[in-house]
Amino acid sequence: MSEQRDMDDLKERVRVALNNDFLRNAVKFTTEKLRKGKQAATDELGNWEEWRERGKQIRLQTIAHLDYYLSLFVDNLRAAGGKVHFASTAEEAVQISLKIMKAKQAKSVVKSKSMVSEEVQINQALEEAGIEVVETDLGEYIIQLANETPSHIIIPAIHRNRNQVAELFSEVAGEKLPADTTVLAGFARSKLREKFLQADIGITGCNFAIAESGSMVLFSNEGNARMVSTLPKTQITMMGMERIIPSWEDLEVMATLLPRAATGQKLTVYMSAIHGPKRNDEVDGPEELHVIIIDNGRSHQLGDPDFQEVLHCIRCGACLNACPVYRHIGGHAYGWVYSGPIGAVLTPVLNPDKGEWREVANASSLCGACYEACPVKIPLHDMLVYIRRRNVEEKRTDVIEKLGMSAFGKIASNHKRFRLAVKAGQLGQKFIARKGKITAKVGPLKNWTTYRVAPTFAQRSFRESWRQLDQELKQEMSLPQNQEIRQRMQEIIAKRGEKSE
Amino acid sequence: MNISILVTCLCDAIYPHVAESMVRILHRYGIPLDFPEMQTCCGQPAFNSGYWEEARVAAMTTIASFEDSDFVIAPSGSCVGMIRHHYPTLFKEDQEMLRKVNALMEKTYEFTQFLVHVLGITDLGATFPYNVTYHPSCHGNRLLGVKDEPYQLLSHVKGCKLIPLPFATDCCGFGGTFSVKLSDLSGAMVQEKVEHVMETEAEVLVGLDMACLMNIGGRLSHEGKNIRVMHLAELLYEGVKRANE
Repeated sequence: MSEQRDMDDLKERVRVALNNDFLRNAVKFTTEKLRKGKQAATDELGNWEEWRERGKQIRLQTIAHLDYYLSLFVDNLRAAGGKVHFASTAEEAVQISLKIMKAKQAKSVVKSKSMVSEEVQINQALEEAGIEVVETDLGEYIIQLANETPSHIIIPAIHRNRNQVAELFSEVAGEKLPADTTVLAGFARSKLREKFLQADIGITGCNFAIAESGSMVLFSNEGNARMVSTLPKTQITMMGMERIIPSWEDLEVMATLLPRAATGQKLTVYMSAIHGPKRNDEVDGPEELHVIIIDNGRSHQLGDPDFQEVLHCIRCGACLNACPVYRHIGGHAYGWVYSGPIGAVLTPVLNPDKGEWREVANASSLCGACYEACPVKIPLHDMLVYIRRRNVEEKRTDVIEKLGMSAFGKIASNHKRFRLAVKAGQLGQKFIARKGKITAKVGPLKNWTTYRVAPTFAQRSFRESWRQLDQELKQEMSLPQNQEIRQRMQEIIAKRGEKSE
Repeated sequence: MNISILVTCLCDAIYPHVAESMVRILHRYGIPLDFPEMQTCCGQPAFNSGYWEEARVAAMTTIASFEDSDFVIAPSGSCVGMIRHHYPTLFKEDQEMLRKVNALMEKTYEFTQFLVHVLGITDLGATFPYNVTYHPSCHGNRLLGVKDEPYQLLSHVKGCKLIPLPFATDCCGFGGTFSVKLSDLSGAMVQEKVEHVMETEAEVLVGLDMACLMNIGGRLSHEGKNIRVMHLAELLYEGVKRANE
């Protein structure tokens, strides 16, 4: 039963994370800081709900007409001198990159942070081809040295602290570096500076691609994206096909939403707009600009009423910071490069053939904090249920759960069966209940009672005692129904009629 | 005028005194209630687990149970959230059922919404001289938008000192079948909630959803913590009785 195995794999990853106190404390510390920052930044801005709605409308409009905006973007980018490539799969994106590397006889590559490049696993492919690749975002640099994947969309090394970073950097330095953030950042800066100057090719991601002008906009806090996109002679930008927004005017809304939702910043430290390669009268910039537009499962979501909105995501990470599940397990337990609520949705929908990732949609209490946090109002909590429904429809479920749900359907469809089921519970619990509590760790109860005391069925259910209660209340002199209240209720009923007419 | 109780399966089978408190409070305002016996469960456990066929069957039973009602009142934001937020999704391809769903949606209220918005009551004249902290359940808070209503009601209870719960709106980790499917994770979440509850040093934890309170209360009890866990309907009814003693 592979479904069971997949679920066991997920449970094992969760168990490993839960047993890592260090990870849990680090993730909790940072996500709390970010949540507070977001709250303060959105309060200060004011009308946050209206901004969110505007953001949603822009994304809705763009994704609904993605074919139009994408081709407009491509035409304008080409007119500006950019070379455009389309990759339908991760593998194709890698092959296109390798071809460019070969043509340029590239030996070394610098990268600025890009989730889509993690998604296509470009680093591994470049290393296998004997090309040195260096991540230049500090967090990405750390996880690259640790040979890990990012555990957060915008803070890839959220699970590591400065002592661990000092160890990693000391290995590179060949000497013991103190766990002092200024020293460590200084070391990374000088080390990376060498790499920037040596690199043949720079690879960037893309936060927003502006259709009306064919420009690309990068948000960063460290300035490394600017170095990657100006120093090497050749630049490759990888972008998911949904990164488009129609206009510069729309960018204003996105630039208001994204940094506030992500880190509580009013604006990122650097916001770079790239419009084609270097022109003759310009001092810096790449001589060649290649843009790889990546599908990799995205176009399958277009036209799917349940999942199209997942393409609205602007990768701010706010849902991760708000998520109580993410807070306890961090990013790696989700299994793929995207984590948190957006990862729990993206991972299975972009990889429909990878059964082992479907179970990740179960790692949610469906509390809706992700939706509330999302700056473009993606209903992630609903999508998690849609994935579960899909798993059931495709019969990827646990046998015991299926039997239980089938019994539930029968009991819930008929009140007599419901009454009997409650009766059976009342009788059955006699063997294990003590003083209205169940603590026994037996059978299916074990998963509950390991952490909590279970309640018992009431001696008489509400429906069993209703007749008596009803009679008692009818006999008792109740206060005469307040005329004002009665009138209010009648008005409410009357208004319903008006609405439906 | 038919004003009906949607008891919820949990309050029916395990916490009947919660529903009874709700009935007795409404009785004080001369609201006559009926209990359509045909009702069972709103279907949420099946819906959230992806078993929509089973959820539809439960939903159809619920819809049929309240066809003759003018108002439907439930002591749970989660079950009302299920009706208001998810029933339209369940029947989105069935126009006839959608019409019935809409009719049920607009007449169904969570208990505190009904008190505050329909009856226009925020002061029940209750007395409850304890330190109380309130956990806003996710579905009531986020799906249904029950935000200020319980605070308004609690603020008028004499002697009741409301202590803010740190990280109040964070989920308690229940999540229905999630709590047994990923029990270690759910256990970690409820432990965090319990730590926040303990920080308040409140004597009473109050809420609007027995599922979450069963989870938090079950953990408190497991850890030997002596905090009383109550639905707001219970607290208010006990407070009204106390005031009239």
